[in-house]
Amino acid sequence: MVRYEGKTVITLNVNGQPHEVMVRPADLLLDVLREQLGLTGAKPGCKNGDCGACTVIIDGWPAKSCLVLAVEAEGHVILTVEGLEGKAPIQKSFVKDNAFQCGYCTSGFLMVCHALQMQHPDMPEEHVIEEWLQSNICRCTSYQEIRRAVHGMYNNKGL
Amino acid sequence: MKSIGKSIWRKEAWDKVTAIAKYTDDLPATGVLSARLLTSTHAHAKIKKIDVSKALAVPGVKSVLTGKDCPVLFGPLLQDRPALARDVVRYAGEPVALVVAQGEAAAEKAVRLIEVEYEPLPFVLTPSQALAEGAVLVHGRPDGYRKTVTDVYPEAGTNIASRYKIRKGNVEEAFARCEAIVHERFSLPPSDHLAMEVRAARAEISPEGRVLITTSSQAPYSVRKQISEAFMIPAGQIQVRVPFVGGGFGGKVPVFLEILAFLASRSVGGKSVRLSLPREQDMASAPCRIGLEADIKLGADREGIIRAAQMTFRLDCGAYTDNSPYMAKAVAVDCTSPYHIENLNCDSLCVYTNHTYATSFRSFAHESYTFCVERAIDMLARRCGIDPLEMRLKNAIRPGSLTPTRVMCTGSLTGNLTECLKKVKALSKWEGGKAVKIKEDTVRAKGVACLWKTPNPPTDAASGALITFNPDGSVNLNTGAVEMGSGGQTNLAQILAEKLGMDPGMVHVVMDVDTRTAPEYWKTAASLTEYMVGRAVMRAADDALGQLRQNGAQALGCPPEEIEVANGRVFSKKNPEKFIAFKDIVQGYKTDAGLSIGEPVLGRGGFMLKGLSKLDPEAGKGKTGPSWTLGAQVVEVEASLKTFTYRIISASTVMDVGKVINPELMRSVIAGGMSMGVSLASREAFVYDQKGIPQTPNLRTYKLLHIGQEPDYRVDFVETPEEGSPYGVRSYTEHGIIGIPAALANALSAAFGREILSLPLTPERIWRAVKEDTDDSL
Repeated sequence: MVRYEGKTVITLNVNGQPHEVMVRPADLLLDVLREQLGLTGAKPGCKNGDCGACTVIIDGWPAKSCLVLAVEAEGHVILTVEGLEGKAPIQKSFVKDNAFQCGYCTSGFLMVCHALQMQHPDMPEEHVIEEWLQSNICRCTSYQEIRRAVHGMYNNKGL
Repeated sequence: MKSIGKSIWRKEAWDKVTAIAKYTDDLPATGVLSARLLTSTHAHAKIKKIDVSKALAVPGVKSVLTGKDCPVLFGPLLQDRPALARDVVRYAGEPVALVVAQGEAAAEKAVRLIEVEYEPLPFVLTPSQALAEGAVLVHGRPDGYRKTVTDVYPEAGTNIASRYKIRKGNVEEAFARCEAIVHERFSLPPSDHLAMEVRAARAEISPEGRVLITTSSQAPYSVRKQISEAFMIPAGQIQVRVPFVGGGFGGKVPVFLEILAFLASRSVGGKSVRLSLPREQDMASAPCRIGLEADIKLGADREGIIRAAQMTFRLDCGAYTDNSPYMAKAVAVDCTSPYHIENLNCDSLCVYTNHTYATSFRSFAHESYTFCVERAIDMLARRCGIDPLEMRLKNAIRPGSLTPTRVMCTGSLTGNLTECLKKVKALSKWEGGKAVKIKEDTVRAKGVACLWKTPNPPTDAASGALITFNPDGSVNLNTGAVEMGSGGQTNLAQILAEKLGMDPGMVHVVMDVDTRTAPEYWKTAASLTEYMVGRAVMRAADDALGQLRQNGAQALGCPPEEIEVANGRVFSKKNPEKFIAFKDIVQGYKTDAGLSIGEPVLGRGGFMLKGLSKLDPEAGKGKTGPSWTLGAQVVEVEASLKTFTYRIISASTVMDVGKVINPELMRSVIAGGMSMGVSLASREAFVYDQKGIPQTPNLRTYKLLHIGQEPDYRVDFVETPEEGSPYGVRSYTEHGIIGIPAALANALSAAFGREILSLPLTPERIWRAVKEDTDDSL
């Protein structure tokens, strides 16, 4: 086990680039992404793991960055919404299917959906989609739009 | 129409899916101090002593503020609320002290080291308790507070913050002639807005005294006004900026965090300070949704015509009034739901309790009173032996009906409820409203409810719009409306594109609001953007069109009356083949020889509400809003008679929106409102323990609707245009929520054969209602 004390410089692999950051052991990945790297797509909706607005993808799986310490993330591959660069099928699907209103939960949902497609390249059964997306909360839409966007992501792969 | 009626994508869509859209707390955190709040641990207590010495000793702490540092009281109607509690706390969660420090960690550590000595006081947690004989007073002299409006009426020696009355016809005589009467008591607990973005604000003060506030607010101009008045700073010295807002639902209307951020910055010599509430404080400390108790008595004749109504509403505004008195007024104004009732007595009371204080919540308390009234109508229909949907058709308001405040209904003013009911009947496959057994212990049932709402803005609320052009002929629209998800900017772009005869893709909407550059808009509330800002946009477009015609007349050598503007071109009606594209004329025109003609086009439009009145205090006569929006909703459930659980199968809404501007946008915003209604009605409530401490101030214990729990949402429209509104559109963004709690409760009451009288509709509540045949609120 690595031991960290005071402030330590660690390297985070974010969106394909190594980034050196100086962190305390207690610093959350969420705060480091937002405040040191300026990657504000991940949102602090509750900082308790309940809302999913801070979701990023770590090693191909969705993770709530408020539940991950920055020091734990060292040595892992981190992808944030900024790393999708507007090219992920789910981003276009969200626009087309009106899957957001205020936009605050959007980055988190996009990352869950994108990871879903990484883990399930072919459209899984509906209950699997629900199980994945139940980690996140949207207060504006009726969820029908988000569900439609996930279907759209699978149906328009070559977008 | 070329632009109106088209489902274009939201103007800010790509900004939101790529995280280019920035919200208040996304601004850089470097060079900014952090502020944190200490909040009350008692529902009602005297503050005996606050010791901040240990907190001040924490390295990095710059200042610690308490109530004595700000003697001013705040409130948009009645100034009854301190920025930080002084001498007494009136709810658990009330801000008591504020720490400013270098970094969140130091601020948080210091907050924990502040020592407060309280002397607990008796407290009241429901309006009934607060109105009981001998109840402790939440405020010693509510009538002594300064009023900022004339129509708020605090009553000395009571917990009544205001009261509104409607007296119409002769209620006693009418009840005596009724064949069927229902008389019931309803109750709804307070709950939370739960916008996904917690409230956040930043403040800094320049050495010469200019105040810059950046905030997640629906009301930047109210922030400017209240801070200007409270701290005697000229309004022009205060600049308020609002970037994207991550959901408001009414909860970001109050000026609350901005005051604290200002005080924090002032205490550290004007340095930039950020104050972002943790979710727990956003729920327990910041204003929440109002609670309600109601006594409803309705009487009908043999045919099921409602002849008389007697209603008392007791709104639980919590510890401070904020805009709750106006919610009490709004409830009175629309108290009958959209039915014609000739004889009506209504008393609507705004009552102080030791709950978190309340503020506007999506639909301004209409979802709450509608639950009570539409439930009572279902019970009355059962008593009369009439299909609940037919009962509503019989009593629906029509042109010529009088509203509770005696405004004469017309198609333009109120819309067409009959048509909405007929359409929702088909949309929901309504079959009489009786429960149908589908297998052992399982039934399906539908419930119906109607909705209506008129806004209650100040009688002189104003809006504005500015239009400038780009060299490619595209247009920039700048208004004071905040972008928080309700889609107003996209609707405004379509309105402007239609009016200017151009592609909506060529309209760029300024999404951020800056009070120094955007023309003032009252506040982004009450679903009035399309009407109020829309009218200003129409005027700005007219202004621009006039200038385009002038430029065109000079460039084409003909009178301005002959000039037409369409398809992004300026041309003469007589010779449409010879045209000038917008890009060549919006900055003035230049001939091939280099001669300059005309002037740059700058469109401006302003609009102020006209013809509204306050209610007369005795009979409650008056017109408080420009028009109504109405609709009908049906919810279908499948319920287990054994386990008291249920699944919501479908939810249907037909709303008279006047004119459909953007079908998909309107559908989705209405469906979003319905979803919020389903969540509110089925599971949401602030739960307090016996000491009045909120037990569920986080998303772990306060459960919202998640994906997989949503019913099939069906939305359809009726279009009865509202005269004077841009293309006839009505307010619609809040309204999807209004009838859903009532319709769900009506469906469940039918399914279980018991009248359910309170929210939320949890299996436990239903079980209690069925087993004990009483609805014993927990």
